[in-house]
Amino acid sequence: MTVNEAEIVVDEKVPMVQIIREFDAPPEKVFQAHVDQELFVRWNWPDGFEVTFDQWDCRTGGAYRITMAGEDVAGSVHGSFHDVLPNRLIVQTFTPDAVPDVVILEKHRFEDLGGGRTRLTATSLVESFEYRDSFLDAGLVEAFAKLDDLLATL
Amino acid sequence: MGAADPLSQVFSALADPTRRDMVARLSVADATVNQLAAPYDVSVQAVSKHLRVLEDAGLVSRTKDAQRRPVHLEAEVFDLMTKWIERYRRQAEERYQRLDALLAELPDETGGDEK
Repeated sequence: MTVNEAEIVVDEKVPMVQIIREFDAPPEKVFQAHVDQELFVRWNWPDGFEVTFDQWDCRTGGAYRITMAGEDVAGSVHGSFHDVLPNRLIVQTFTPDAVPDVVILEKHRFEDLGGGRTRLTATSLVESFEYRDSFLDAGLVEAFAKLDDLLATL
Repeated sequence: MGAADPLSQVFSALADPTRRDMVARLSVADATVNQLAAPYDVSVQAVSKHLRVLEDAGLVSRTKDAQRRPVHLEAEVFDLMTKWIERYRRQAEERYQRLDALLAELPDETGGDEK
């Protein structure tokens, strides 16, 4: 029994975050769970999130708009699918409607490991370190508070 | 100083290769500004400027009274950064555990087309 555990890479030179995760399922299924709206909504958000797809056209040149509301976060994003290569790659950019100046480039690479297993590499690239860190920060207020406290004592 | 976002400060402080190199050297031992400046082809002034950025980010501190004022690396900030990145990783992990559960439910025909 293989243990699948997400790895994270936070680059110091470019404002990038990468998550690498393996699945006990073939690339076809993992890919399907990313492009099929009905499936995607079932895992991408925590329980209790209200998610509405105003638009969802996950194919090369397609676009989407999603509105979501959770306990203490709410907002909408719109994005474009640049390349959707079945079972291999999804390249998209998106912008949170609240910050129209910001664009996030995301690449999801699906790698066939054989034996019905897949490695997913999800790379997010933003324009600045400041935004990358706030992007990482989603829901991490407590960690910030701790650092604030520490910095105050230095 | 009004640093609204201390972690961003830490990251931008570390975005510079000279400052990263200084941090790496300070992780071995405390050093004075002159010692830190020695290997670089820049003025002590320029090194002091880099140090100020690291200091503002809380990554290093300097003894106020001692004459040599050695620079000291604040390792706790790195521990916090590590924890904070770990939280993000864990959120991704939770998301992908939900995906695991979904994948286990998917019938085989949803996946590969045997054409």
